[in-house]
Amino acid sequence: MTPIHEPLSEEAAARLVQIAALSKTPLVIRGGGTRSLHPAPEGADVLSTRGLSGIVAYNPAEMTMTARAGTPLEVVEAALAEKRQMLAFEPNDLRGVLGTSGLPTIGGVFATNASGPRRFTAGAARDSLLGVRFVNGKGEIVKAGGRVMKNVTGLDLVKLLAGSHGSLALMTEVTFRLLPVPETSVTIVVSNLNDAEAAAAMATAMSMSVEVSGAAHLPESVRGRFAGGALPDGAATVLRLEGLAASVAVRAEKLAANLAGFGAVTRLDGEASRRLWREIRDGAPYADGTPRPLWRVSVAPLAGQQLIAALRLEAGVDAFYDWQGGLVWLRMEADPEAELLRRYVKAVGGGHATLLRARPEALAATETFQPQAEAVAMLQARVKASFDPDGLFRSRMAG
Amino acid sequence: MDQIGFLEPRPAVLSRRREIVADLLDLLPEGCLVHEPRELVPFETDAFVSYRRLPLAVALPETTQQVAAILKYCHRYGVPVVPRGAGTSLSGGAIPQEDAVVVGLSKMAQILEVDYANRTATVQAGVTNLSISDAVSADGYFYAPDPSSQLACTIGGNIGMNSGGAHCLKYGVTTNNLLGVKLVLIDGTIVELGGKALDAGGLDLLGVVCGGEGQLGIVTEATVRLIARPEGARPVLFGFDTSEEAGACVADVIGAGIIPVAIEFMDKPAIEICEAFAHAGYPMDVEALLIVEVEGSEAEMDAMLASIIEIAGRHGVKVVKESQSATEAALIWKGRKSAFGATGRIADYICMDGTVPLGQLPHVLRGTAEIVARYGLRVANVFHAGDGNMHPLILFNANDPEDAARAEAAGNDILKLCVDAGGCLTGEHGVGIEKRDLMRHQYAEADLAQQMAVRAAFDPQWLLNPSKVFPLEGRPAA
Repeated sequence: MTPIHEPLSEEAAARLVQIAALSKTPLVIRGGGTRSLHPAPEGADVLSTRGLSGIVAYNPAEMTMTARAGTPLEVVEAALAEKRQMLAFEPNDLRGVLGTSGLPTIGGVFATNASGPRRFTAGAARDSLLGVRFVNGKGEIVKAGGRVMKNVTGLDLVKLLAGSHGSLALMTEVTFRLLPVPETSVTIVVSNLNDAEAAAAMATAMSMSVEVSGAAHLPESVRGRFAGGALPDGAATVLRLEGLAASVAVRAEKLAANLAGFGAVTRLDGEASRRLWREIRDGAPYADGTPRPLWRVSVAPLAGQQLIAALRLEAGVDAFYDWQGGLVWLRMEADPEAELLRRYVKAVGGGHATLLRARPEALAATETFQPQAEAVAMLQARVKASFDPDGLFRSRMAG
Repeated sequence: MDQIGFLEPRPAVLSRRREIVADLLDLLPEGCLVHEPRELVPFETDAFVSYRRLPLAVALPETTQQVAAILKYCHRYGVPVVPRGAGTSLSGGAIPQEDAVVVGLSKMAQILEVDYANRTATVQAGVTNLSISDAVSADGYFYAPDPSSQLACTIGGNIGMNSGGAHCLKYGVTTNNLLGVKLVLIDGTIVELGGKALDAGGLDLLGVVCGGEGQLGIVTEATVRLIARPEGARPVLFGFDTSEEAGACVADVIGAGIIPVAIEFMDKPAIEICEAFAHAGYPMDVEALLIVEVEGSEAEMDAMLASIIEIAGRHGVKVVKESQSATEAALIWKGRKSAFGATGRIADYICMDGTVPLGQLPHVLRGTAEIVARYGLRVANVFHAGDGNMHPLILFNANDPEDAARAEAAGNDILKLCVDAGGCLTGEHGVGIEKRDLMRHQYAEADLAQQMAVRAAFDPQWLLNPSKVFPLEGRPAA
């Protein structure tokens, strides 16, 4: 049985790390456990943030919030909803695709840089994170950043911690910026485009001054599993516009007119539109209760469909695209085919393939993250050692 | 005035000056090394002109490989290296030291690729900020961060300082618009971080290199995000009787969920200085002025402006003046962006850069006025109000050492006030040497130690820009 520690304060967490450092006991940091891909390694203790919970400060007028790392995301989002504010980067919920239970935490969101559809225009979780308090591998309590929007005072350690997957330090408290919830959200749907046509249509939309805040392509194989079947037959290329109602109306008309040459244009409004983007965010079609291998692949926007076209010739794959084509949710039929996939990622200009799900033995045998060039890997190891010289933190989570 | 210290020059380097110059001449093509003392003078300082040091030599490489060769050499022989873009740093980030080789990127100024379908531009680090937007403007795109020095400053310098600008309220600062870099490490290794894909694997090294003030490596190429230019943009002037009213209006606009592209603040001294220089048509009978820029279609701009005017009304706005033409709009921005230069025509000044939470703006403006009055000096305030990034310009006479010392002391007090109000020492100009010795006011020992450990992971011998950012006392032994 893996020992689980649940410190109730930052000081207690620091002491636990100091003790672990004395005995060189590896630690796995756990928030809600909803993004855990791998069981804790043999001999490791779990360090849970469950006891470090609660909103510390919420200042709606300054659009910032400070919360302890173990605060459930739903608690944060409920408080924000009351003031009609939100996290701009749309953190995803991976419980469906990973088959995990529990409550995602705000610390887990930032530790994995978990970012949804708006990421390609509004930035990732890392772009919203203003300040962090953390316990490093020596058991020291450290703060980085602050609570103001612009801050270049010293090295930006905040960025390093965002997306560090619990490998550098235990985040105890995060301060992040917020945005107002847009008054209106509509989705323009272009039907029946193949992947290459969709890439061209999305590039056209992004070249216009209409402020698209979501651009996804849902091929025919997955289209029916979105928005309760409300999307028209055939593949759906979907583009989201948000903002003041009057402004959205003008932009929607302009966008629809410009895309009419690509295919039949329809639109989704209100809750149907919001539901669609939540499902895109969470990879909903692949919340299928199977262990079939599931990848999130980040490449240049135009390279997404090139990657899938090439892979189709050699493997059974199913996919849909977010971020104007630059994020591919990719499901394999049997084995993860990591070597094949990563070779093709390189061939289309480089990027990053993360294995979210596979049968346990395949998961254990496959590198979760895209391997780095040797010089970069060496630099990363030195940076890791600067936070955690004894290599205590062994977490691996999913983005 | 010479209170900020530099590291003692390394005797072992100074004594080998002639050999080092000869070796560097071998490593570089003809015309790429400056080493005659007379020719080194233009490189002795940057826009923080109160301090200057003549460097050992200045290398002006033409390729990433040449940068790598220089760094490899300096690493091997323990020679400090100070990276330099256009030398527009306001915090002394590019000021050299006697035992340092300056690596200037001015000869690496090509736009390598513009890729509209993926909305990126890949450029060499010596390209100026404005020339990126200029190159893509005819096709309807722009590069968002716009420091006031954008005509001169380079993208490499912007990355070093994580520069901001007036329009960052909506579009973010450099780090939010940077996708990848080619970076030369101190041992001459060339690495690529990030790229056209949004998520890079592993730790976000790009995130810490941006704003690293040239201490982690030298960026030679960058891939940045391009954005489709909005249909239209309209700056509007809002005049108030008091700075407090203007500050409270800013907080209420943001608090109401309205995010214009820019909200700039000027107090009366700044209005007078800028108007005299640019003839922008600023109202002269107000104590404080906000320049609020909205963008989009005509209908969108009208709707957003109506909401802002309503809020301003609640704060006793005295004058609302919309720009009636593109020429007027350009003049309004010309006045604002030339604020530092125009101030320099009437007095010497130092420019502070603290950022405070929006709710603290009125308090900090009041405190700033009190501090400056206590030292018997004058101040002009012109800054990015929407994100709380203050720029008090403290006016003084550089020919009077006592006046200069008072200005520096007043600046330090103002920055401490910003930190104590929940803010930070610098929002976009960087720490450089200017704010280095105040770092302990913002950070505890453990915080600084962690930053220095990360720095050492990139540059174990502390050769890159070594006199900057971290207080000289209490550094780890290299």
